[in-house]
Amino acid sequence: MKQITGNKLLVKALKEEGVEYLFGYPGACTIDISDELYKQDEIKIVLPRHEQALVHEADAYARTTGKVGVCLVTSGPGATNLVTGLATANYDSVPLVCFTGQVARHLIGNDAFQEVDIVGITRSITKYGVTVRNREDLGRIIKEAFYIARTGKPGPVLIDLPKDVMAEFGSAEYPKNVNIRGYKPNTSVHIGQLKRALKMLSKAKRPLFLAGGGVNIAHAQEVFREVVEKTQVPVVTTVMGRGAISTKHPLFIGNLGMHGAYAANMAVSECDLLFSIGTRFNDRITGKLHEFAPHAQIVHIDIDTASISRNIHVDIPIVADAKEAITKMAEYVEPCSTSKWLAQIDAWKNEHPLTMRQNGVMGPLDIFNAINEKFDDAIIVTDVGQHQMLTSQYVDITENRQIIMSGGLGTMGYGLPGAIGAKIGNPDKPVIAISGDGGMQMNIQELATAVLEELPVILCIFNNEYLGMVRQWQKLFYGKRYSMTNLRAGALSRRTDGEEYPEYTPNFIKLAESYGAKGIRVMKKEDIAAAFEEAKKNTKTPTIIEFIIDPEEMVYPMIKPGGTLEDMIMDC
Amino acid sequence: MNKGMKKRWISLYVENQVGVLSKISGLFSAKSYNLDSLTVGTTEDPTVSRMTIATVSDDETFEQIKKQLNRMVEVIKVIDFTDVFVRMKEILYIKVFNCSAADKVELFQIAETFKAKVIDYGKDSLLLEFVQTATKNDAVVKLMKEEFGKIEVVRGGSVGIESINVMER
Repeated sequence: MKQITGNKLLVKALKEEGVEYLFGYPGACTIDISDELYKQDEIKIVLPRHEQALVHEADAYARTTGKVGVCLVTSGPGATNLVTGLATANYDSVPLVCFTGQVARHLIGNDAFQEVDIVGITRSITKYGVTVRNREDLGRIIKEAFYIARTGKPGPVLIDLPKDVMAEFGSAEYPKNVNIRGYKPNTSVHIGQLKRALKMLSKAKRPLFLAGGGVNIAHAQEVFREVVEKTQVPVVTTVMGRGAISTKHPLFIGNLGMHGAYAANMAVSECDLLFSIGTRFNDRITGKLHEFAPHAQIVHIDIDTASISRNIHVDIPIVADAKEAITKMAEYVEPCSTSKWLAQIDAWKNEHPLTMRQNGVMGPLDIFNAINEKFDDAIIVTDVGQHQMLTSQYVDITENRQIIMSGGLGTMGYGLPGAIGAKIGNPDKPVIAISGDGGMQMNIQELATAVLEELPVILCIFNNEYLGMVRQWQKLFYGKRYSMTNLRAGALSRRTDGEEYPEYTPNFIKLAESYGAKGIRVMKKEDIAAAFEEAKKNTKTPTIIEFIIDPEEMVYPMIKPGGTLEDMIMDC
Repeated sequence: MNKGMKKRWISLYVENQVGVLSKISGLFSAKSYNLDSLTVGTTEDPTVSRMTIATVSDDETFEQIKKQLNRMVEVIKVIDFTDVFVRMKEILYIKVFNCSAADKVELFQIAETFKAKVIDYGKDSLLLEFVQTATKNDAVVKLMKEEFGKIEVVRGGSVGIESINVMER
């Protein structure tokens, strides 16, 4: 039988898995794999400028295409630079297969050059991780990795490849089937249990759907809308669940949680049945646990048994894939009489509509309005901070739109690489990144990747010269002591005791130009529309639009960390 | 909270692979679960290892522990040993130093009472082997610490298997 090297088998496996793009950064331990990739042109290689950004790019590619994102990095620092990206993907259930180089087997454990125990380091932030110790296991392990990454609750898988294993000759076969005795994801839904839940739904006076990221991951939006319309039960979403139903749908109330809409949080507090799908009841949505949805019975559908009844007590647990479950629901649900309840929700909406102060100068709302008007279909990628929460409040996510962000881990620096990965996967869709000036600088080196890949992404920077979300907490809860949040602070401000600050650095416009991207600075409301029009004209180059934002802009409403609805701050 | 706080046991079938022990123990530290004892060894199938895990936890936490173990790819099967009939024993060695002649006599009596064995003997020291439940071993260690000046203790952790017919623990 024909014998080939591990390196060759890896490339063959990637082709059989239908991998179109590989996000890779080379090094000594993976140079042979790079060499094999050089000899083919089916798999296109994206060369980012830093491995952390590399994972985010593969992650965003996966989130926006539904395919598995594939990464290849070298051993040692190449591998450790994956850590933040793996944790990000793990928390948000993103399917990735990451290959790391490793020193040859006889060197493992010897503190060899660029040796780290990456499987050990990443054990708690991957769905599965393994070092390939024998050449004959390689094909099976790769096959299993892709299967584990994309099935059940998706997640990142790491495969560590010792250099000598990869050089060894062995079978050229890439297995067709997977059989892992400890891993049999259950997707089908228990009909009896679902019917009990639906009976509860039909009896409820004030029922409420809570849709989390699981609805989006399962691509169940369409059938979910059917169920919502048929039952006339209103919907709140988590930040990750945004878009589970069009945010313009009359039955959509808003996001719940720390920065949720007043009406959405009131609805959660007053509902008598919280029918939740694909959420882990993170502390950012529940606040103080025993006062969360105090009058409600709770139904919880989730693919992960471990997410059910962990943070809150659940009356009817249903382990299932969201799409399977909702599709079955569509068969059985009956209309509910919710008109009184809907009227109450409307009253809350009118009492405290989601809005920002308008004081004549340009604010985030003006920018969001422009985005909502100027783009029919779009992928919105955010970074982490104030702009992220505001985007999740104000940018419409309709059927043709998608929003992605680091929701669980809250990884600053996700925005720019996220936009790159999304655009690579969706060349025909406008991709708009919204970042703060802090997060943008955490992976700014990726401008080179965006330029070289000829990606016309629109990179909005909300520049308020501060790390705004931390500043917001300092303003509200720390007596306006803006410690470590002023991005102009340094030797000069220290020397002058905070009297003097230099000009903001970097100059994002010049920076964009030096990378070969376009840069536009917008200071006035009237210039917003033109800036987006200008950006649309760039079909092969990224455009940075720097919006100068007042540092006093805040995200409201806000519930204090660990607080309850009564602590909701509407504005100040 | 803390409803049903008590000692519980899990029997776990896992893949006999490098890193699995570290993954299981890592789960307990990462999620702040109590880990009382953990034993591991291979089974009749050399590709499968079996663990017996003892933990002190409340109802909710214990449910989480089982679920979290179950979702691991390397875990083949999780069996709750808490309220089923199992045979479960732990090996315990106690070396007693500076024994007088009277001490030795007492130690032989202790050994008889607890069905332990005296397995080694020195001029002024004795080595005892106990194979009994972990709870009884706790009692023995407490007793020996009170009775004798200098002792050295090593314990194996509980190992358990489901009963066939005998309805006792």
